Amino acid sequence: MYRAHVLVCGGTGCTSSDSPKIIEALEKEIAAKGLQNEVQVVRTGCFGLCALGPIMIVYPEGCLYSEVKVEDVTETVEEHLLKGRIVKRLLYSETVKAADIKPLKETNFYKKQHRVALRNCGVIDPENIEEYIAMDGYQALAKCLTELTPEQVIQIVKDSGLRGRGGGGFPTGLKWSFTAKNEADQKYVVCNADEGDPGAFMDRSVLEGDPHCVVEAMAICGYATGASEGYIYVRAEYPIAVARLQKAIADAREYGLLGKNILGTGFDFDLFVRLGAGAFVCGEETALMTSIEGNRGEPRPRPPYPAVKGLFGKPTTENNVETFANVPQIILNGPAFFNSIGTETAKGTKVFALGGKITNTGLVEIPMGTTLREIVEDIGGGVPNGRKFKAAQIGGPSGGCIPAEYLDIPMDYDNLTSIGAMVGSGGLIIMDDSDCMVDIAKFFLNFTVDESCGKCTPCRVGTRRLLEILEKITSGNGTMEDLDTMEALCYYIKENSLCGLGQTAPNPVLSTYNRFRDEYIAHVKDKTCPAGVCKKLMKITIDPAVCKGCTACARVCPVGAISGSVKQAHVIDQSKCIKCGACVEKCRFGAISKK
Amino acid sequence: MKSIEELKAIRDKARAQMNIREENEDGNIRVVVGMATCGIAAGARPVLNAFVDEIAKRGLHNVFVAQTGCIGLCQFEPIVEVMVPGQEKVTYCKMTPEKAVRVVTDHIVNGQPVAEFTIGEATK
Repeated sequence: MYRAHVLVCGGTGCTSSDSPKIIEALEKEIAAKGLQNEVQVVRTGCFGLCALGPIMIVYPEGCLYSEVKVEDVTETVEEHLLKGRIVKRLLYSETVKAADIKPLKETNFYKKQHRVALRNCGVIDPENIEEYIAMDGYQALAKCLTELTPEQVIQIVKDSGLRGRGGGGFPTGLKWSFTAKNEADQKYVVCNADEGDPGAFMDRSVLEGDPHCVVEAMAICGYATGASEGYIYVRAEYPIAVARLQKAIADAREYGLLGKNILGTGFDFDLFVRLGAGAFVCGEETALMTSIEGNRGEPRPRPPYPAVKGLFGKPTTENNVETFANVPQIILNGPAFFNSIGTETAKGTKVFALGGKITNTGLVEIPMGTTLREIVEDIGGGVPNGRKFKAAQIGGPSGGCIPAEYLDIPMDYDNLTSIGAMVGSGGLIIMDDSDCMVDIAKFFLNFTVDESCGKCTPCRVGTRRLLEILEKITSGNGTMEDLDTMEALCYYIKENSLCGLGQTAPNPVLSTYNRFRDEYIAHVKDKTCPAGVCKKLMKITIDPAVCKGCTACARVCPVGAISGSVKQAHVIDQSKCIKCGACVEKCRFGAISKK
Repeated sequence: MKSIEELKAIRDKARAQMNIREENEDGNIRVVVGMATCGIAAGARPVLNAFVDEIAKRGLHNVFVAQTGCIGLCQFEPIVEVMVPGQEKVTYCKMTPEKAVRVVTDHIVNGQPVAEFTIGEATK
């Protein structure tokens, strides 16, 4: 029995800031002090507060130490674990109270969160199946196999109101019932873990922090739909997630929770991992299944839908990681537990990956219907550096932007669609007044142009032409007719593309054009970028009245574009200037401005 | 594993190891051992371990053992404070592993503070 547990985040974020070295140093230091039988070190999944990583939590006190460095380990072991004195300087600032520490769940970041899909992330050791079992793991599967018929399982999922969390928002129970009613010698369950949206990492965190919950949910889906095999299609760029998933599957087999005759009930189910090579289009369900089959990842027309003719031509149920992660909780606690959270049309919670211009970058799980303001200002800690919130890009390259006037809209599927945005996979990128919306649209379009698989022409050629128009606008050569062509082309691509990739690719352009039309017009008519981002529209000038002739700017200029003699006003040769802004930062008198 | 009973057995065993990670809720009993230099020198470490082992052995899920620094009464170390919600804090002094076992049995399990080990008794 250990008297203290030290939980260190082993998610991708904290791993990249050296959490494995911290774990190593902790184990060494604990052994050196002879505490190895008293203190347990656990590598967990993501706590969500990635901005403050590497993160370490010490129980029973529940202290959250943030931005821990390897050099801090000796002091922590000696002071906290040996002598019981909390190392105040490392505590997460919000938890510091005069005499005691404030519990984590009372901090702004965690207070408004409701963790269902992420409930075990940062709580258990994801590589230890017994810790998952301790948190009622595999009890939901056991309940299904012994107490419920497949029809009852589907009814529970239907009643819960769970909808797909990968972007489509299709009712999960209904999807399962389609596969269930199709007779076939073989059916499949597929988990879509090909998370490709720039800025979204909730599926990775679930797989890294709680891989068994996905394994369990897939087995439940197999039981409900009559499938005996499942595939998890996960990106090869997620090495930690892949390794933990493979260990989870191997352990589940060893414990008899996968394989033949599970828990002595006669139900057979087994799982296999397939690695994706990182093509964005493989996140589209038909392309994903084509890729699992060993072919080039390209989508095919629907119908037939996967429930009729899916993987290897057999009826298949495909769900996203986060969708599956909710299932065991729904089975264990009943549909009422889940549908009491959220709004009229969207039940439960949604995980958002919070990024961009926000203080608390990280992963948050909130009830559906929480407002964007609560996410940005309360949970996210606001926009840093005194800047002003301008818009949030939601749903990555398929989604749209939410401007400041909609900060108070309850976030759910229907509300977001009504304002031209979408829940999508849950990437939430916050932008402030120094971000140019045309540039943002160009960024996402650049991504879709790269990722278009090339099978259908509207997407392959259309997105390329669209990008060219945007490049023309941001370089100051756009005309008002270009804006009309751009808008018409957007609708053409949306209506004529084969799969979701092309159908949603123009969304970032359309939604920024609709919400921030004046910015587009400023680029075209005034040839200026209001946010000062588009370099080709920017002009850096020195005010001769303010310039003291100190020569600092001329020395820092990397291309030698600034000339002038000492104590004389300097000038910038616009033909040489590359608009890097180094001179602006260097000038002590504020004589140089970017416009 | 071939049955749900086995699954439940694993769950109960593993859960006992993990309930320390739950956030401290009201209603939990806290045992706080003085672990400053004076406490450690006087033998607080075996006392701490005796508490942890005895509590684990009895499967007491609502009791947490924590450490604290020096409260200034160094001559009475090892000092242990037992805090039961709704009751006054009891401070035991000059503790040993044997005394720790009795505190768990008499005070924590049966609700009878061990008067003879308390600091009040020692300073009489």
